[in-house]
Amino acid sequence: MYDRQVRRRRAVLALLVVVSLILLTAYFGESGGGPFHAVQRGVIQVLSPVQDGASRALKPARDLFGWFGDTFHAKKQVGQLKKQVAAYRQQAVGYQEAIRQNAEYSRLLRLDASGPIAQYQRKTARIVGRSVNNLLRDTIQVNAGSGDGVRLDDAVVAGDGLVGHVSNVAGSTSVITLITDQSSSVQARVLSKAHATRSYPGLLKPSVGNPTDLLMQLIPRTALINNGDFVVTGGSRSGSLDPLYPPGILIGTVRNPSPVSIQTDQQVHVSPAVDLRRLDFVQILTSANGGAGGLRAQVP
Amino acid sequence: MLLGFVVAVVQITAISQVTVFGVAIDISPLLIASVGLLAGSLPGAVFGFCVGLFIDTALVQTLGVTSLLFIAIGYWSGRLRELRDPSHGLVPMAVGAGATAIAVIGFVVLQFMLGVDAPVSWLLLRQIIVTIIVNTLLALPVYALVRRAIRGSLPEDPRRRRRRAYTTGGLSPLQRPSGR
Repeated sequence: MYDRQVRRRRAVLALLVVVSLILLTAYFGESGGGPFHAVQRGVIQVLSPVQDGASRALKPARDLFGWFGDTFHAKKQVGQLKKQVAAYRQQAVGYQEAIRQNAEYSRLLRLDASGPIAQYQRKTARIVGRSVNNLLRDTIQVNAGSGDGVRLDDAVVAGDGLVGHVSNVAGSTSVITLITDQSSSVQARVLSKAHATRSYPGLLKPSVGNPTDLLMQLIPRTALINNGDFVVTGGSRSGSLDPLYPPGILIGTVRNPSPVSIQTDQQVHVSPAVDLRRLDFVQILTSANGGAGGLRAQVP
Repeated sequence: MLLGFVVAVVQITAISQVTVFGVAIDISPLLIASVGLLAGSLPGAVFGFCVGLFIDTALVQTLGVTSLLFIAIGYWSGRLRELRDPSHGLVPMAVGAGATAIAVIGFVVLQFMLGVDAPVSWLLLRQIIVTIIVNTLLALPVYALVRRAIRGSLPEDPRRRRRRAYTTGGLSPLQRPSGR
């Protein structure tokens, strides 16, 4: 009797492990249009309303926990931000003048003076799910899908800062891979504050183990980068399979750059402009006004 | 299974958006470990497989990764109960820590094996350690909630049966048979 129980237990365990390995192997080997991916899209489509409802219902509880974290975080940041405000106020005077001149020159040259995102239609979407841990993989699920005009690889922003790109689409829901996901890489540029005409290209990758930090890599060894320099999307691809983000979207600011690190490792740390851990809504850049869909509109 | 579905949905929609020291809270390994500890190795493994498969599907991740890890957690915690029958009140904490370690380290290792190109850094190790500590602290309340939720469907606990027999006089060694 005991032997029979042991045999049964081991058989079930072996069966479960084998099924898991078969699923893993088959899923890993198939393309995005394969049957397992199709099943997943169907399931998230069905689950989307449930997740949407649960996300709304649980928002007060989420906010309560977030409030404690936000309070500690805010207190820490107050002094730092006061100094930044003073510095930015001085800069703002110079920028106001530059904007006025820019508008005047653009009018003279008959250029469209609108910003890089202004030419895109934005679809606002609520976050209904998030990957269960943020170790290496970092994705969110939103309540807008192909029925709302969302397409694969569309860029996603929040408050004009880059969030990520659409990596999976179903009818009424989509999955967004964040810029802190290990599979993410963004062609970017550092805009030098010291030399307004200079910008330095590089490849923006997530920092392993720190979801609030990004690494700008492969920057030129001769780059003159200062603390607080803005990092924006470069508008070109880092690889043939990577998404193409529209140029000029703010990603974040350079944090404590070290000349040694720039010359030897060719990298600087970047703080994301958007707090990716405390998002409730995002905006998907679905299509350029008067043009075709999202990022593809920019493909040369 | 309903418990697994509800907890997985709550985890995906709310709990994973709450961060402590930069780490997203993940109670799913604690759920599987608690079920294994209460119900045994076989129910633990089956429950782990189902919840893992659901999470992989709902998050559009590689199918089989989470279920493989959760099978290990459910089976291991269940075997611990069957072989050792631990009775100390803090056992769920130790099991929760072990389950979380299996989940996070296993997840990272499997991701590396599947081709994620990332260096193993001190920050990653720190994040893993913080996740284990946070989950260790959450293990007791999660265990208590799971026990409350599945109490009705559990096989009778031999310890509880012994205790009841003891208090009602059924099997007490102090009572003389003639006195009955």
